[in-house]
Amino acid sequence: MSVSARQRTIATGTLQAGGLRGFLSNRKAEAVLVPTGALLAAFVLFSVFLLFLGKSPVEFFQLVWRAGFGTQFSWENTLSRTAPLLLAALCVAIPSRLGLIVIGGEGAIVLGGVAAGAFAIFATGLPGALGMVGMALAAMAMGGIWIGLIGYLRHARGVNETISSLLLAYIAIALMNHFIEGPLRDPASLNKPSTAPVDEAYRIGNLPSLDVHWGLAVGILACIVSYILIEKTTFGFAARIVGGNTRAARIQGLPVGRLMVGFCALAGAFAGLAGMIEVAAVHGSANASLAAGYGYTGILIAFLARHNMLAIIPVAILLAGIEASSGLVQRRMDLPDATMLVLQGLVFIIILMSETLIGRFAIFQPKTEAV
Amino acid sequence: MSADDLGLWAVPIAMLGGAIRVSTPFILVSLGECITERSGRINLGLEGTLVFGAMAGYAVAYESGSAWIGVAGAALAGTAFGLVHGWICKLPRVNDIAVGIALMLFGIGLAFFFGKPYIQPSAPDLPSIPLGFWSDIPQLEAALRVNVLFIIGIALAFVIAWMFRSTRTGLTIRVVGDSSDAARAMGIDANRVRLLSTAAGGALAGVAGAYLSLYYPGSWTEGISSGQGLMAVALVIFARWNPINCIWAALLFGAAGALGPALQSVGVTSGYYLSYAAPYVLTLIILIATSSTTRALEGAPGELSITK
Repeated sequence: MSVSARQRTIATGTLQAGGLRGFLSNRKAEAVLVPTGALLAAFVLFSVFLLFLGKSPVEFFQLVWRAGFGTQFSWENTLSRTAPLLLAALCVAIPSRLGLIVIGGEGAIVLGGVAAGAFAIFATGLPGALGMVGMALAAMAMGGIWIGLIGYLRHARGVNETISSLLLAYIAIALMNHFIEGPLRDPASLNKPSTAPVDEAYRIGNLPSLDVHWGLAVGILACIVSYILIEKTTFGFAARIVGGNTRAARIQGLPVGRLMVGFCALAGAFAGLAGMIEVAAVHGSANASLAAGYGYTGILIAFLARHNMLAIIPVAILLAGIEASSGLVQRRMDLPDATMLVLQGLVFIIILMSETLIGRFAIFQPKTEAV
Repeated sequence: MSADDLGLWAVPIAMLGGAIRVSTPFILVSLGECITERSGRINLGLEGTLVFGAMAGYAVAYESGSAWIGVAGAALAGTAFGLVHGWICKLPRVNDIAVGIALMLFGIGLAFFFGKPYIQPSAPDLPSIPLGFWSDIPQLEAALRVNVLFIIGIALAFVIAWMFRSTRTGLTIRVVGDSSDAARAMGIDANRVRLLSTAAGGALAGVAGAYLSLYYPGSWTEGISSGQGLMAVALVIFARWNPINCIWAALLFGAAGALGPALQSVGVTSGYYLSYAAPYVLTLIILIATSSTTRALEGAPGELSITK
């Protein structure tokens, strides 16, 4: 039986079981309301934490609002930070649909940035658009190989992907330091070792009439494409079967290994692209600023969005806004820069705890017909 | 033989000294993770516990003026993190690996948050024992200056091995780790055993952190940990969940970590940044070599999620 035929059978199956529309709306409501409630609970807990320190939670959230979302300038600042977070979150969310917890997106981001920087050094004089595409392809290939390797090791050798991805992230950062301090170092970069500045023609510009670079559009497009790929195609359906039950997928004759490597490589390609965007739109060269922790914030975003590619977009904007307000909160409230890390960690823990509530509330459950 | 004509011998001597210094936190964290994993749970959050322990140990030692009170404070903080992990994982449908990642980020965040004022002042150091007093080669003498926590770690490995082999507590942990059903049949509360095992693992990770900030490198900075807490998880797999093997594995990792500084001490600087990757590459190679898709790992606790 082909995959699409199976999909149809399952769909009709649920239809018969009891009102497809009601079923979907309730389950969807649950998938939105439980994480939202958890987010609010985490904010309340964080407020208690601030009160213990003698700081005002009201002032904190006002400042976050003002610096993240209050004015056009703050919106532009937030949206500029959103692009790498969208792509970093995809690097977690895509493998998770195959049941893999890959948390080393940071490695693919920094190496993607280095690959893009290296391309810009060696392929000079191309027309701007071609140069940008070349940088993007170099970064995506690098990131794809890096995370694809994790999928391969998992499939071929049974190596735990969570541990291997984090180890590879450390290795990637060592490699980046090697390249930007050694072979690719621009002698003119004195106190901050960097590659040579990227040719102006290869730099990514801003969206029309906005002070936000094109990376945002690329990130949103990547989320939409991933959503369609995972939810609406047979490839995605096959991947989700692997995520649900690998053994069943294998018995069905699905190419489990190829799916794992392919989707991990796609995830890595997106993370690599995030590195390229950082180089071509923000920093202007590859340097240690690439390891800014986007990969780790991406993990939180993917879990908050419950690995739904479209839900990643609003969640990433929210987290970008919180990060954008970090500077103002530090200055006004005399809090250390790690404040946002504490908030993120707290949100992460509460979100995971809320998983236990999924399926516990009767109102969200499909009405089963009396037997 | 005088110090000047040691030549290339300086590299293995520096690596020996480095291995002992660098391996101590590995021994402590991996013993802690060994207890946790033998009970059937995996705590990836030890990296966060370690960083928080480093900060807490340093802060308490600075405020109290005693390095040992600092170590106790770090152990206490680590226990708290372990209890939180164990308690959250008790909830149904909650994934222990994901909770570990969250606690790793949370622990690091909290450590940076509260650690800001302690970056400048200097706290008392942990004492060390000069085991190299018989040698007249200063490098060897320096290499054999061994910290008390290293010796405690070695002793603890034997105690834990004995505990698993011949005590009721050890047997309880092993039963819970191998089969929840068997444990339930025996009337053991599996979640409680796992909670306490995770707490013990957290305490040891906290002490390992205190070693980092109070002895080597010996001060609290935000970059103090280079993933020791995480590598310990891989190291325990390599050690086949055997506490004695943890010592050898930790020494091997310590030597790999000491490679870069040792080469630099004799003037080899090319590939200096690459040598930082050595412990991670070694960990990865070991993971690849010891994992398998077809057979369960020898000695693996049956309930452990990463080996299922």
